[in-house]
Amino acid sequence: MSSTIKSPWIIHYDASSCNGCDIEVLACLTPQYDVERFGIINTGNPKHADILLVTGSVNERNINVVQQIYEQMLEPKVVIACGICATTGGIFKECYNTLGGIDKAIPVDVYAPGCAVRPEAIIDAVVIGLGILEQKRTALEQGKLVSEKSADCVTAADKIVDGQTVRAAALKITKG
Amino acid sequence: MGKKTIIPFGPQHPVLPEPVHVDLVVEDEKVIEAIPQIGFIHRGLEKLVQKKDFMQFVAVTERICGICAFGHSMGYSETIEILMGLEIPKRAQYLRVIWHELSRIHSHLLWLGLLADGFGYENLFMQCWRLRENVLGIFEKTTGGRVIFSACNVGGVTQDIEDGDLKGIVAILDGMRSEYEELLKTFLYDSSVKNRLSGIGYLSKQDAESLCLAGPFARASGLVEDCRLDGYGGYGDLAAFEPVLSEDGDGHARCEVRAREVYQSMDIIAEMVSKIPDTPISLPVKGMPGAGTAAVHHVEQPRGESFYYAKGNGTKFLSRFRIRTPTSHNIGGMTKILQGCDLADVALNILTIDPCISCTER
Ligand code: SF4
Repeated sequence: MSSTIKSPWIIHYDASSCNGCDIEVLACLTPQYDVERFGIINTGNPKHADILLVTGSVNERNINVVQQIYEQMLEPKVVIACGICATTGGIFKECYNTLGGIDKAIPVDVYAPGCAVRPEAIIDAVVIGLGILEQKRTALEQGKLVSEKSADCVTAADKIVDGQTVRAAALKITKG
Repeated sequence: MGKKTIIPFGPQHPVLPEPVHVDLVVEDEKVIEAIPQIGFIHRGLEKLVQKKDFMQFVAVTERICGICAFGHSMGYSETIEILMGLEIPKRAQYLRVIWHELSRIHSHLLWLGLLADGFGYENLFMQCWRLRENVLGIFEKTTGGRVIFSACNVGGVTQDIEDGDLKGIVAILDGMRSEYEELLKTFLYDSSVKNRLSGIGYLSKQDAESLCLAGPFARASGLVEDCRLDGYGGYGDLAAFEPVLSEDGDGHARCEVRAREVYQSMDIIAEMVSKIPDTPISLPVKGMPGAGTAAVHHVEQPRGESFYYAKGNGTKFLSRFRIRTPTSHNIGGMTKILQGCDLADVALNILTIDPCISCTER
């Protein structure tokens, strides 16, 4: 077990969320839930962060922002989609400016559904995310981690990044 | 004078819980112009009225904004009730006011916390959010949800609160008062808070009026601007209602107005609980919004006036739904107070208007 997973730093980005999930993410950091007990600290700098919490779905305007934040984070990194909007687009799925869940833009490791997502669900997702972070870190040390690019996730992003093929987003660690 | 530089601010920035982008044109340390860019959270939900029928649409309006979620579902439901000529039972009206004012307390405590975080007073931030959890606890107990709780419906409310529980709510709020008193003292009289907030982002009453500002932002500049004065729904039965005002017009005044409004909301809730009549909580809704009918309504959200327009066409789908939210008027005031401020005050100035971007862009 490495030190990273004992004190993971998180960064939060609000894609087109309704704020419901954002305030629950923030509520996790405050006295009632207080994830700082587990060494989790909120940071505003993608370069310092290990875990990206995204709330809300992607749209034409923010898809680049989400991808940029993801690209700026250093490996190993884990993405958690918070709320049903970030998971599938949720209630706004049929809106003309909603492309769908976060996995249309970047590879997602853990989904925490709920509308609004409950702080307990976020904490659970982060704990699962830590396991994945550790796996990725070990893979990185052994030189086996295949970094995922946001361009690998093309379902909707192919409007933006042309010429890419569709690939399901999942944890990819090469064998051998 | 130095030369002009443009500093991009946002959409991802530690002090911004929500994405908004501002291009700051600075000369040395002074901001000479702020050009906002929006659209990061635009979903286009007004058009969803064509896919969800007018009863289902309550759930969508609730998700316009997660902070004033109840206010939006209430505003929408009341608009449709005006459109269809429904007079809902008194108990439902009172319960709506109670949940709405609880939302205001939770929203203001949330904002006070973010403000404290904005000027680096971490302890105060945590304390505000700790108190706020009491209100979320009430929501959870009465409806099952913490932030989005689907308690409002066209024709009334979906759940009742029993009289014993109503008394319990008042008792919880009374218990909060003494703790809140401490926080209030810090916000109003602590020298470090005052030094940081006094005098920043000054806006005169004339400017507030000509920019059509709404809510606490306008009231902090001395403008009497509060839709609750119109007495819609249960507000009409209040014995007295005085908006909280301040004449100072600066960041500290905005903090003060919101901080004092928490007490006002607590008083409104106590009064509503003491007067609540024993009637049914909802009305069966029959028929459709008629062809060619239209209705407008406004509701005082924690951030100011929210305006609703709905147009029926005789089917279960509305032909148009439109909403104008407080932050859309207040962004004008925000760019005004950013002009000429120090670069170091930009984040705080944006915070003091309490922007809600997801309402604005929908
Ligand atoms: S999942 Fe629900 S609460 Fe969360 S951002 Fe979406 S609509 Fe809002």
